[in-house]
Amino acid sequence: MIRFFLLCLMGWVLTACSENDQLLGSKKDAVAYAGTPNGFAAPGWKAGDKNSWEQQLRSRGQYGMNDHTRAPD
Amino acid sequence: MARMKFICDAERCIECNGCVTACKNEHELPWGVNRRRVVTLNDGVPGEKSISVACMHCSDAPCMAVCPVNCFYKTDEGVVLHDKDVCIGCGYCSYACPFGAPQFPGQGTFGMRGKMDKCTFCAGGPEANGSQAEFDKYGRNRLAEGKLPACAEMCSTKALLAGDGDVVADIFRNRVVKRNKGAEVWGWGTAYASQQVGQAAPAKEGAKK
Repeated sequence: MIRFFLLCLMGWVLTACSENDQLLGSKKDAVAYAGTPNGFAAPGWKAGDKNSWEQQLRSRGQYGMNDHTRAPD
Repeated sequence: MARMKFICDAERCIECNGCVTACKNEHELPWGVNRRRVVTLNDGVPGEKSISVACMHCSDAPCMAVCPVNCFYKTDEGVVLHDKDVCIGCGYCSYACPFGAPQFPGQGTFGMRGKMDKCTFCAGGPEANGSQAEFDKYGRNRLAEGKLPACAEMCSTKALLAGDGDVVADIFRNRVVKRNKGAEVWGWGTAYASQQVGQAAPAKEGAKK
């Protein structure tokens, strides 16, 4: 009985020698096409639909940055 | 989708710093932190050129390679982001980056170096998309809102292009072809000494002078 008690005591004392996990690396990020609930999302695409999000960015890029299509020569 | 990329058209940039201001305003950046800067080459010399520089979201990012706590990660779209909860503010990334992208806000009474801050391609960070926590740490997540980076969308002369690499390259190529020059400044012609549209033929090796 005393041996068992001593073993338990030793086990309890030795837990002080353990260490918490220190995992490297960042948290898992959500994908961009999942959308945002903040109400500032641009209209014209469906949150969660990757193809629709990609198409939205492509067309936004063409409209916003390609002035040769906006004002053809 | 290809990787997200920035490109700055030196023929169009007028050094207005609108991109810098748009970035600071969009993400409410603290004093002293400039995620984007305009750099002028040959300043004061006739024919000087300016380009807007920020994190270029490298395909093989040196900041990721040197980070001792592995706080960097890359999204599916090739955007290099980092986790400020993991960053220890050591500054290794700052030495490794060839563009001077990593910024360190001064904090506390003695201006101690804080956690690293850099351009996120307006894609926020590992907190929930569009959350207040994400905004406080990384700024606005415009990609999740279906928008492109604020700097490029605000650029008055559309010198700064951002978005899907294929689209951006297409727009830039089209410009170079239309104006019949520009490829000699940036691009394959410079890197590989090959003849591009609007570029003079490279001098042949061993040709008589």
